[in-house]
Amino acid sequence: MIINMTVNGEARNAVVAGSESLLTTLREELGLPGSKNACEQGECGSCTVILDGALVTSCLVMSADCEDSEITTVEGLSTDRELHAVQRALLDAGAVQCGFCTPGFVVAAAHLFEENRHPSSETIREALSGNICRCTGYGAILRGLEALAQEPS
Amino acid sequence: MTTAPTIERVTSGIGTSPVRPDGVLKLRGRFAYASDMHIDGMLWGATLRSPFAHAKIIRLDIGPALAMAGVHAVLTQEDVPGKLNFGQAVQDQPVLADGETQFWGEPIAIVAADDLKTAQRAVAAIDIEYEELEPLVDSELADTLDSVTCRPRIRRGDPDASGEIVVEGYYEVGQQDQAPLGNEAGVAIPDGEGGVDLHATTQWVHEDHAQIYPCLGLAPEQVRCHPVGMGGAFGAREDMSMHIHLCMLALATGRPVKMMFDRAEGFVGHVHRHPAKMWFRHEANRDGKLVKVEAKIILDGGPYRATSDVVTWNAAYFSVGPYVCDNVFVDAVAARTNNPPAGAMRGFGCVQSAFAFETQMDRLAAELQLDPLQLRRLNALEAGQPNSTTGQIIVGSLPTTRVLDELASMPLPPEATSDDPRHFPGGTGLTTTGADIKRGVGYGVTIKNLAFSEGFDDYADVRVVLNDTGVEVHTAAIEVGQGLVTVLQQIARSVLGIEQVNVVSNDTSRIGSAGSTSASRQTQMTGGGAYHAATALREEILERLGGDDLTNEGVWSEGSLVATLPEVVAAGPWEHEIRFRHPETFPPDENGQGDMHAGFAVAAHRAVVDVDQELGLVRVVQIDTVQDVGRVLNPDAAVGQIEGGTMQGVGLAVLEELVLDRGRIVNSNFTDYLLPTFLDAPHIEVRFVEEPDHWGPFGAKGIGEPPTISATPAVVGAIRDATGRALTRVPVLPQDIALG
Repeated sequence: MIINMTVNGEARNAVVAGSESLLTTLREELGLPGSKNACEQGECGSCTVILDGALVTSCLVMSADCEDSEITTVEGLSTDRELHAVQRALLDAGAVQCGFCTPGFVVAAAHLFEENRHPSSETIREALSGNICRCTGYGAILRGLEALAQEPS
Repeated sequence: MTTAPTIERVTSGIGTSPVRPDGVLKLRGRFAYASDMHIDGMLWGATLRSPFAHAKIIRLDIGPALAMAGVHAVLTQEDVPGKLNFGQAVQDQPVLADGETQFWGEPIAIVAADDLKTAQRAVAAIDIEYEELEPLVDSELADTLDSVTCRPRIRRGDPDASGEIVVEGYYEVGQQDQAPLGNEAGVAIPDGEGGVDLHATTQWVHEDHAQIYPCLGLAPEQVRCHPVGMGGAFGAREDMSMHIHLCMLALATGRPVKMMFDRAEGFVGHVHRHPAKMWFRHEANRDGKLVKVEAKIILDGGPYRATSDVVTWNAAYFSVGPYVCDNVFVDAVAARTNNPPAGAMRGFGCVQSAFAFETQMDRLAAELQLDPLQLRRLNALEAGQPNSTTGQIIVGSLPTTRVLDELASMPLPPEATSDDPRHFPGGTGLTTTGADIKRGVGYGVTIKNLAFSEGFDDYADVRVVLNDTGVEVHTAAIEVGQGLVTVLQQIARSVLGIEQVNVVSNDTSRIGSAGSTSASRQTQMTGGGAYHAATALREEILERLGGDDLTNEGVWSEGSLVATLPEVVAAGPWEHEIRFRHPETFPPDENGQGDMHAGFAVAAHRAVVDVDQELGLVRVVQIDTVQDVGRVLNPDAAVGQIEGGTMQGVGLAVLEELVLDRGRIVNSNFTDYLLPTFLDAPHIEVRFVEEPDHWGPFGAKGIGEPPTISATPAVVGAIRDATGRALTRVPVLPQDIALG
């Protein structure tokens, strides 16, 4: 079936198989491999996208359910010229190692900061507890986002 | 002419934390990982795997799969073009099972088809019948049956020596998975002339290459292994997974072929940490000095050798810790079983031993009524002394006492006062009111060898070039995420005084081996190569152009610019390639004695935990750690390695284990294999002790592995302190605490 979606502000359509996940459609059909496929079970958060304003693991969303949806992936958060504030904060804090979890963290953190410009450390931890990072131990991610939370609005 | 490199003339040289060259791409989701590769016209591969840990293949008919539309090749062991087995030191693992399967998930047949779904359907269509055989899954029984691949043996000192205090214990370490977030993936591309280019997840392209071409029956130059974007590794990619299969399928079909394991297949597709069973006996005098350590260590290597022998030797070499002891007797065993194949994982044998010897040290301290850190300090091994297991005099730095003193000086976190449930064990699950929570403090200290040991010819080829794009550092070293690409830039900048440095990642046909990204070795080895190649290039430039200093501006002589940088480049070509080796090491003698190691590092952890004793739930509150790093080249990256390594040790302490049932992994997914999340993560405070080592660039040591080793015993020691439970097995489960 053909599904029409708005992805990163652009009208897109994709031919999807019956049970195909949104993650597969993004990666394989729409040329957006930024969302990662680490567990495909909704546990690691590396495929996190924003679907109609809500944070979802795109591996657990069926593309067939996304007709007329608005989707933001990691590729849609920055422009060619400028990084998203969250991306800049993580870069400066040295919070990227292998980077496989990074797109998911970026999307989840962007969503958090959209809702709460000055989250506490505890709020940051809780909001990102659906994203697993195997490299950093989370320390640099926390430091980067804490610094961003301290910046004036 | 020899001149000192100008460190201070660049802004992003050593000692700074510049942004990673791949950081922006990774943050934008535009970094190409192995699993992101796409080649027009490529086929997809899939693998038929054994559903039994041990079985005879009674019937195997690929006909039904081959007949399917969209299927281009179905290959079995009969189609392996060359050598039938692969493996690192010893080639004992079949490329595809040859009539009998030795572990759950062993590859039997491989398929290439138009798309992944078709390939998977074709795998299911293969007609196969098994006769299940009894799997050997008990490593102790394997030892008794002499089903082993090696028996490292250490005999040092007087076997009759005895101490006034004896502490004896039996310990177990469950099987940990590296669980890198990026799964195994790769693409093989036929070159049209009978050869093949492989782009697949790896830690060492040259070792892959050395194993692949004989199995393909090709000449070395017909196979090229390329570095790819890696989503972590931690040892999982030191042994090959899909590599030979991809090449076989590409050569058989004449088309590019891609494979990508999902998480479940990843859990059977790569090697894991060796599970361990260990008996330790420590004898000490009343003054706290160790007199004798005896140990028996059984590591379960699964059916094939892979790196088991080296891991098991390492467990034996580092079975006492950074402590002085003159009488040491260790028997270790690499058991051969039908459990999942084990291989390299961060800490490489030391993790298992350290859990046992540090628990022994805690028990000894309790017997002696000494502070745990004081007992360790009393026995601290320092540079210039013989390593207690091997007798090797420690050359280079080993500031054990300084590390312990620094740890002791770090402030403890304040007593828990919050009633925020997020600060309780069990968190927002609201499993406790806070009434039955007990705090505990524990310690873990370790020593780890750096780089390859035992006489292995360990080297790294590096080529440094100066051209109109700036400086290029060419290497085949694999960046797995740890930040080698950044540190190589920093080293070249500091030596050459030139800011613009690119690291160029080469395939096996373009440069010699960099050795593996493992054993905490790349900063010292490829970094050492970059340091020496850049130093030689600098001296060539200064000599030919008659200068005494080199900077971004160009060549200087006595304070005057004699050639601008473009003029220097125009006077080229400038290129220097070297093969860097660390100080020579030697194999052990029949008693496990000798100079086997090139260098050492010490790490120490202090863990503070809160335990809900009723439910056995643990919250790791804080970890303070001090590491002997030689010299810090990149503070942020060093902290990142130590924090991340520590967290993998925390995972082993309280969460992570592959649960086996007759050799089958029953939790091969992230729902059931528990990894630490943000909410499980303690606050980690990191400090460095800097005493330059004898051969790393600028005195640097490798830093990746030590934090993973000593974090585990520190956390378990803290739980033991809080609960009084014995806790002789990791991971510690809630029932171990609640039910004892």
